[in-house]
Amino acid sequence: MTIDWTHFTPLPALAGGLLIGLAAALFILLNGRIAGISGIVGGLLRPARGDVAWRLAFVAGLVAAPLCWRLFAALPEIRIEAGTGVLAVAGLLVGLGTRYGSGCTSGHGVCGLSRLSPRSLVATLAFMATGFATVYVVRHLVGA
Amino acid sequence: MTTPDTASHGAARVASPLSSPLSSLLSALLAGLVFGLGLILAGMANPAKVLGFLDLAGAWDPSLALVMGGAIALGLVAFALARRRRVSLLGLPMRLPGARGIDARLVGGSLLFGAGWGLAGICPGPALVLLGAGAWQGAVFVLAMLAGMMLFEWLERRGRTSAAPAR
Repeated sequence: MTIDWTHFTPLPALAGGLLIGLAAALFILLNGRIAGISGIVGGLLRPARGDVAWRLAFVAGLVAAPLCWRLFAALPEIRIEAGTGVLAVAGLLVGLGTRYGSGCTSGHGVCGLSRLSPRSLVATLAFMATGFATVYVVRHLVGA
Repeated sequence: MTTPDTASHGAARVASPLSSPLSSLLSALLAGLVFGLGLILAGMANPAKVLGFLDLAGAWDPSLALVMGGAIALGLVAFALARRRRVSLLGLPMRLPGARGIDARLVGGSLLFGAGWGLAGICPGPALVLLGAGAWQGAVFVLAMLAGMMLFEWLERRGRTSAAPAR
């Protein structure tokens, strides 16, 4: 393993992580809810009375974040290598998988690990494992 | 935080002057916004950077580990405080997950999710940020993700009608 020192950004990563933690903290302490994005979005597909508006508000905040950022600074680089087909397959797997697994990087990875939940630890290890494996296959076996 | 609609929703109906439907929507909006700004600052809205973390065999960018570390450091404190409360600061019920079991759904679903995450370097939060940034790839990904979630709902409904209720 070699560390990519040119792309490693420890300070913004840590500061951004603290902001993400702050968002999760605000949401559990003010709204009493877990800031799990896949669960928040997925719940919109089985709408129940009084259970829609807060979900839309959270999603609106996320979508508005880059617009808000642009008021003060240029957005950092966004580079997406995947084409339409790969994006579609990836999105489908992420949608299906996070709903079966009851969470994603935010719900299990951030909130679940913060709650010291064994379920979330298992889920995080599982999605990290296939994340690493998929990139290995795509970049070093297929792409080699 | 002030609540402009306290007058219309009256202190008699709610336990705390802070709690009103509007204040809970504003705090959800704020939480989503701060979450999104954190993702952008951390570089996690850039799929190439996420893939740089997932590429252990290549030139490895450990940034995502520090993002998780920073988030969990605050999260540990927040959830320790949350566990001791029965209602939130806005007077809403605390909805901490009650599920305990580690089953095939949890593991299988997470394995599928990881495969999708590794393909494009995008998970649900950054997908919505990319959508807001105006990246067409964000729109394609979000639509496909919603399709995957709808497929889940359909499979769940079908399973419920043919077998005993799962939960």
